[in-house]
This record gives sequence, C-alpha cells and structure tokens, in this order.
Amino acid sequence: MLALSAPTASAPTQAMEDARPPAVMARGLVKRFGGTEAVGGVDLTVPAGAIYGILGPNGAGKTTTMRMLLGIIDPDSGTRIVLGHERPHQVARAIGYLPEERGLYPAMKAVDAIAFMGALRGLPQRVGRERGRAMLEAHGLGNAADRQIRHLSKGMAQTVQLLGTLVHRPRLVVLDEPFSGLDAINQGKLETMIRDLAAAGTTVIFSTHVIAHAERLCERIAIIAGGRVPFEGRVDEARDRIPAQVRLETRAGDGPWRRRLPPGAAAGRKEGGGHWWTFPLPATGIEAMLRDLVEGQAGILSLSIERAGLHDAFMHIAGEAAARALANGSAADGSPA
Amino acid sequence: MSRKADSPRERLSLPAAAMVVAQRDFLAILLSRTFLLFLLGPLFPVAVAALAGGIGDQMRGSVGTPALAVTMPAGDAARVVAARRHLGETVGVDLPEVRVIPAPPGGAAALLGRPELNAGAVLTGTLAEPVLLGPEDRLQRWQGLVRLLLAEARSTGTLEVPALALAPARPSTSDARRDRMSVAQGGQLLLFLLSMLLAGMVLSNLVEEKGNKIIEILAASIPMDAVFLGKLFAMLAISFVGIAVWAAAGGALLWLARDALPPVPAPAVGWPLFALLFVLYFALNYLLLGAIFLAIGSLAASVREVQTLSMPVTMSQMLIFFLGNLAVANPDGGVAWAATAFPLSSPYAMVSRAAQEPGLGVHALALAWQVLFVALFIRGGATLFRRRVMHSGAPRRPWRERLRLRRGRDAAELTSV
Repeated sequence: MLALSAPTASAPTQAMEDARPPAVMARGLVKRFGGTEAVGGVDLTVPAGAIYGILGPNGAGKTTTMRMLLGIIDPDSGTRIVLGHERPHQVARAIGYLPEERGLYPAMKAVDAIAFMGALRGLPQRVGRERGRAMLEAHGLGNAADRQIRHLSKGMAQTVQLLGTLVHRPRLVVLDEPFSGLDAINQGKLETMIRDLAAAGTTVIFSTHVIAHAERLCERIAIIAGGRVPFEGRVDEARDRIPAQVRLETRAGDGPWRRRLPPGAAAGRKEGGGHWWTFPLPATGIEAMLRDLVEGQAGILSLSIERAGLHDAFMHIAGEAAARALANGSAADGSPA
Repeated sequence: MSRKADSPRERLSLPAAAMVVAQRDFLAILLSRTFLLFLLGPLFPVAVAALAGGIGDQMRGSVGTPALAVTMPAGDAARVVAARRHLGETVGVDLPEVRVIPAPPGGAAALLGRPELNAGAVLTGTLAEPVLLGPEDRLQRWQGLVRLLLAEARSTGTLEVPALALAPARPSTSDARRDRMSVAQGGQLLLFLLSMLLAGMVLSNLVEEKGNKIIEILAASIPMDAVFLGKLFAMLAISFVGIAVWAAAGGALLWLARDALPPVPAPAVGWPLFALLFVLYFALNYLLLGAIFLAIGSLAASVREVQTLSMPVTMSQMLIFFLGNLAVANPDGGVAWAATAFPLSSPYAMVSRAAQEPGLGVHALALAWQVLFVALFIRGGATLFRRRVMHSGAPRRPWRERLRLRRGRDAAELTSV
C-alpha cells in the first residue's frame, strides 16, 4: 500500500548520523547449523543512540544474527564489534537482552526476577530490588512485585522480563521480537518505552516481522531474507528504492498536452468528474510538465506525489516470496503488517 | 575501530558471575518444599533397615536358640549341668543351654524331632563313652565346646581358673593395620554413599533452564563456565546443608547410644585431620562427578532423558568406588597409585590413605591434582554445552584437516623466521 510521505521529525540528518560512533558493527557474519546456512554474510552498522530494526520473515536469520551479536553463539566466520569490543561478553554489563522465547524462573517473585537479571549484568541485588520495585510501580504492576512469576499473566510476566532487561540501565538494548504476544495497548506502551530509551541515549536494536513497528520507530533498518542482508540503511533510503508515484487528475481526457506526460504514464482512467493518470516521478521533476499541462488546458483537478511505504520497499528489496512469508507471519501473530 | 582493553567495570568476573547463579540456585532449592523431603531421604533406608532388623529379631526369637539335649545316666547328666554352669561363670565361653531329658523309647535321635525341646544335638551314652548325635553341620560347630564341657565334667575337681591382671596397651602392628583398614573402608563407603545420594542430583540441574529458556538470558549475560561453576557450587552447598543435618541427627543418636558402641579405631592422621580431609575429598569427589554429570545432563533434552541416564551414571559411580577400594589393601602398591592418579577414583584412594598412612604432603598434591581436573571438567562441560546445545563455537574440522592447518601455520612461522 502506498502512503503519503511524511517527514520524520526525529530522524537525524545524514551528517549527524555519520558523526556518531557505531554501537554495533558486524562484517561478514556467517553461521551454519550442520549443513544448513542460517546466516550467510551479514553486514550491519548500528549508530550509537539509534533505534535499529532488523526486519525479516520467520526463519530469515534475525535471531541467529542477534545471538551472534550478543556472543550467545560464535559466528563461523566474520567479525562483530559491540560497544567497541570484539567479544560481546566483555561488555555484558552494558547490554540488555530480551530473547524471543521468554523465560523466567516460575517460583521467583517478580521483583527478585528483575533483581536477578540485573545481578547477571553486575547490578547488586539490593539495588536491583529497589529499582525493580520502582519500575514495577511505574508500569502499574506495583502490587505484583511480591507475587511469584507463575501467578502472573503472560503479559505481566513479559513486562517483568522486559524490566529485568533494562534494570541495570544498559547502553545497548537488544530485543528479539519484543511485540510478539502483546496486545495493542501494551504494544503502544512498548513503542513509547523504546522511544524513551533512545531519547536517553540508549541504542535499541529490535527484530520484528511486523513492518509497521519498524516504520514508526526506526531510523535505520536491516532487511534480512534467506540469511542475507539485501538492504541496510535509513528507512527513507529503503523507501527511495521505489520511485515516488505521481497521481494526477485532469478535467480533459485528451489533447496535445498528453504528449508531455511520461511514456510510462497509465492510461487516463475516468473516475468521478475527472481522468486519473499515474506515473513514476521523473528524476527531472514535474514542474515543466505541469506548466505545459496548464498551458495546454488539461484542467488539473488534483495532484499528489506518493512515496513508497516500507512494506512496498521491503517487497521490492527482499522479493515477493519473502514479503509473502512476512505477511503470513504477521497474520499468524495477529499483528497489523 | 581499535579493540578496547578489558575494563573491569564492563563485565562480571567469573567467580562473581558464578556466585550470582549459585546464590539463586541455593536459595531456590533451600526454600522449596521438596528440600524437606530431600533431608528426610536417608531416613527411609534407615527405617527400612530397622524394620527388616526388627522382623529378623522377631523371627529369630520365635525359633529360639538351639539347646543341647542330654540323655545320660542321672549322675553323669548332673555333672554335665554343673560343668556347664562353672565354665559359663569362669571362662565366659558361649556354651549351648543344656537340657536333661530321659531317653525316649524310640532312641535319642527322636529328641531332635520334638519342636518343644528345640534341640540342636543330643549328648548320649555315658561320661566314659559319650556320643554326640545331630546334624552334620551342628556336630562340626559344637564338637569342640562339647569336648570342653565333657573334660570339665569328667575332671575330679573343678577347673582352677587363675586370677589375671588386665593391662590395656596399644594394639599390635597387625591389629592397628587391620583397624585402620576398617576405617579406610568405612570412610570410602561413606564417601560413596554420600556421593551417590547427592551427585546424581546435578544430572537434571540444567533441565529447568533449558525448559523455560532462561539459558538464553544466562548465556547472553555471563560465560557458560560461570553457569556450570555456579550450579555445581550451589549443589555442593546444598549437600553440605544436608550432610550437616544428617551428621547432627546421627551424632545425637550415637551420643545417646555411646555406652553400647564398640570403641572406634583412630585413623593414621588422627580424627580431626581425617574429618577435615574427608570433607575436602567429599567436596572434590562431588565436584569431579558433578561436573561430568552436569555436562551429561545438560545435553539431555528432557527429564525423561535424564532419568534414562541415571542408571549408567549410578553404575559408573560403583565402578569408580571399586577402583578406589583396590587401594585399601596396599596403599603403596601400583594399583593404589593408579587409583590415586585417576582423577575420579583419587578422592576414594586418598581417604583410604588418610586412614592408613600418617604423611600429609601427598594430600596437598592430590588435592591440587583433583582441583585441576575439576576446572578441566567444568571447562570441557561448558564447551560441550556451547557446541552441542547452544550450537556455538568454531565449526569442527576432521583431525587430519586440523593437523594440516597446524603444519601449515608452523611452516609459515618457520618461513617468516
């Protein structure tokens, strides 16, 4: 679906972005499981303080890539530099990680679970408990602080785990499919939380197969399909891979002015009171053409220039099969694509 | 981008990370309801043994101790009874009870078939020509005692038993050796029982983390070695809690029954040092076995797989125990040294040595040797876990290829030199 382009007010300029040191950099990451190549040469650059999305259908290699970045598994080849270190465990205290498959000890109290996850990252248990209690309170879960995880709802347990991921105030947060399993309200809250983290200078990387989240949140994205990265860069760069479409409505259906329309322009479709023309935005612009149309009395009723949405860009970049897999994954998850 | 130097603030040290895991595991087990059952666990075999012993006593009581039936002329029989009483009082020989019975019409052998008499054998004939009648095995066991009885009965006066002054002294060399061997065997048996009871628990230790995916968070936060180390030490601490409770309960019982207990021989290094060494060897035995069991268990995908592994694991523990047992008979023999050098049987062999040999230097070496293998086993287990379960690590190459690569590197180094 095409959407009117909206300038991203928070997106930094290219120059500002280049000035930031990368929080994560990966070059040529390869991972095979037995004879299967799960990831076949991933290159990523995540600027510090950015919200970075890894997009791809299920099985594309998103989780494997993240696990390599975090040092949970070692790549068969390639290099990764995370917060300036080649071995991610060396900066483990500065990283927060929410895995795709959520896991907590069922017999632990919510506040203890948060403190334990903080302690694994070097935060003293006492401080972890204090912060955990305050965070739970802030998220409306104050009365669940001393309840065992097994007695919490799935959504509450998920929130507890997310708070445990953040309790030690990491500089880099990696979230694997963080929106999966959350209802619409909690998805909204999570989006706000991610924006707040980035505003405070934390680098956030998250994977998703729901493009809408990435489109709303990310400055930069990597599209992964079949274990490879066909695109890595800013969201608007991805959109620019598809030329913007011009939609023109004229009163007249024919006349000498029609010769001024680009050769690829679709035949004028009559709808309502006018004739509709659709064609890719020419690289030279449309000012001269519009002048000729006005002089030729085409009778311009309306004009819009529509930029491609991220979904169309994804389809264009990753291929139709990957886009279909992504759409199927979204449908199965019940999330809007 | 240049690689930054290690910053101590950026990562948790291995002991600190292990401590976080150990603390969580220790408290989770200690505060669980099942821990009480764990503490009560040894009561069940004790109760079964007591019950079985009680039933045995009852059965033995109902059968009664067999008596010696005497069918001799009245004068001879009276002298046999008097001799039995005198020998019982002075020499303290455990003689069978004597029952004087008139000779039955069917012959003396008929007495053996009368249940109310419970006669093990029948002494018949006269004092001049006695005959002992009974089953073959009973005759073998009683013939010496009956000869002594008859000798006393036939003597004109009563046997003169002189007064004897008793002067307790240190046991002879052979007695001391035998005593220490029994301490060595007892120590090994206790070590084996405790290890078998406790080390098997670590088999299922990583199943919870794997089941609820916490392993992913642990693996992202701390080195896998720290996870293994923490889990092992948590279980060791739990074991110590259990042992402390059981020892306190057992000690209280022994103290109550102290007068009825036989004296326990002292080990060669003395009781305090022996106790200390026993605790250290138990800890190392536990860590050595535990590291292997944890690694084996971590590869299992489910509780069912862990249960399947329990049998071979128990059998392997028994084999190790038997190997350690071989060191008892000859602590300086080749087999004993082999058992000492083999890391898994080393604690057993060294407990035996502590009971039998006074030297301490070899214990320091053995402890260091065992600690080294604990570290190697933990590292090996963690590596195996990372490779097999987390699918991490460099791809495995056939050994020929690795050799070729190594030769290639060596050649390149030589060329550059």
